[in-house]
Amino acid sequence: MMNWIAGIGRSTLSQLSDLGRATLILMQAIVGRSNVGVHWRLTVDQIHAVGVLSLSIIIVSGLFIGMVLGLQGYTILTDYGSEQALGQMVALSLTRELGPVVTALLFAGRAGSALTAEIGLMKATEQLASLEMIGVDPLRRVVAPRFWAGVISLPILSLIFVSVGCLGGALVGVSWLGVDSGSFWSNMQASVDFSDDVFNGIIKSVVFAVVVTWIAVYQGYDLVPTSEGIARATTKTVVYASLAVLGLDFFLTAVMFGEI
Amino acid sequence: MTTEAFVEIKDVVFRRDQRVIYDGLTASVPRGKITAIVGPSGTGKTTLLRLIGGQLKPESGDVRVDGLSVQSLKRSALFDLRKRMGMLFQSGALFAELSVFENVAFPLRVHTDLDDDLIRLVVLMKLEAVGLRGAVDLMPSELSGGMQRRVALARAIALDPEMIMYDEPFVGQDPIGLGVLLALVKQLNQALGLTSLVVSHDLQETLSIADHVIMIANNRVAFQGSPEVMQASDDPLVHQFLHGSPDGPVRFHFPAPSLEDALS
Repeated sequence: MMNWIAGIGRSTLSQLSDLGRATLILMQAIVGRSNVGVHWRLTVDQIHAVGVLSLSIIIVSGLFIGMVLGLQGYTILTDYGSEQALGQMVALSLTRELGPVVTALLFAGRAGSALTAEIGLMKATEQLASLEMIGVDPLRRVVAPRFWAGVISLPILSLIFVSVGCLGGALVGVSWLGVDSGSFWSNMQASVDFSDDVFNGIIKSVVFAVVVTWIAVYQGYDLVPTSEGIARATTKTVVYASLAVLGLDFFLTAVMFGEI
Repeated sequence: MTTEAFVEIKDVVFRRDQRVIYDGLTASVPRGKITAIVGPSGTGKTTLLRLIGGQLKPESGDVRVDGLSVQSLKRSALFDLRKRMGMLFQSGALFAELSVFENVAFPLRVHTDLDDDLIRLVVLMKLEAVGLRGAVDLMPSELSGGMQRRVALARAIALDPEMIMYDEPFVGQDPIGLGVLLALVKQLNQALGLTSLVVSHDLQETLSIADHVIMIANNRVAFQGSPEVMQASDDPLVHQFLHGSPDGPVRFHFPAPSLEDALS
């Protein structure tokens, strides 16, 4: 019994100190003097690596999710004879929920794991230590550009996901199942509110971006520099990031749409 | 103020988890000389370099580099101090995504305002010194381990540091590479007036170029002085180490309960 209680205490303490270290790493990475010109260039390189290279998976997933929404929505809505509301249903599900959440989950798997593995391998091969000895802070040079790249890329990827998803919904609903094109698009336009839906979706996406990228760079920077350590940290990135996204999504949804 | 010793280590206690690495280590590294750090494996020779570079902090005691107390420096002051040190890592630690040229140019690009022509000149000179000017356009993955370490040496001396720390520079070098490196360490030391710290297992080779030896064993400094004095020493510990005898004051076995207990 005592062991059990001690175990809880120990794990709580270790979680708290993890959180503390992660916060410290983030703070040291993004606060303080930095060479803006050089760092912007590094950030652009990273936006290419984590953002542009994630485009294909985001576009393909967006298209299919939109198509599935079109198909499912149509079968449900026809029961009530209201298939012209399909555009509204597809667009609202995507902007409010599926866009930010699914993009963040895909991003955690595609880019987050890569960030963790890359930083971890740099640590294992002493590249981070050698940066330090050259007099360059690896938090600024390696962690900060990757963090900002994630924070900038994910919301944009999420918007692309939503747009492609709407096209996918139209492809199935309008071109295949024969919903009237005019009512599909005009219903969509009439019901999607910029500040309520699109903007809230973007806010969600920014929050997810910070959390997912933060987890990814922290896990990479803090891992045990062995092959097993890298494997474990990469797994942790995907698991923690996914759980954090889903948990935060509920919380944000409750705050944003709870009173409606 | 210029003092005799470039690095001054005083009563340093350092622990890794529960294992004591140093228990009251005191040593000094004379300015402008080649100092060899020797000792049995696992006595924390690399750890000593990391303490001097400020990558690790001692539990107690004082590590001073050129009069500055490393463990109490602020982050930015520490990074400024590190610009004056070069370090050659065991693995080379080249930046995998940069070419050989960019690796050597890296410290120059981040710490100086030299234009591209001048950087090219410096990089080629440094690579010439380690005999790898021909490899300038290759990627680190295309080089052997020994060559990577030589590129890393070129990078470590790119900024003309005041002190350079070599962590096992001779491992994985063929006899020719070893000879060239030994001569190079000596040359760099004399030509640039560097303070050099060499951690190595290649005892005879290292002692042949060293002016000063620090031997670490059993959590503290076992010997400190010139190689000649060391060779002549009749201290059982030093004698055991120099002659590679299995029996003596230095234990070869990692601490463990007695074999009889473990097997019963």
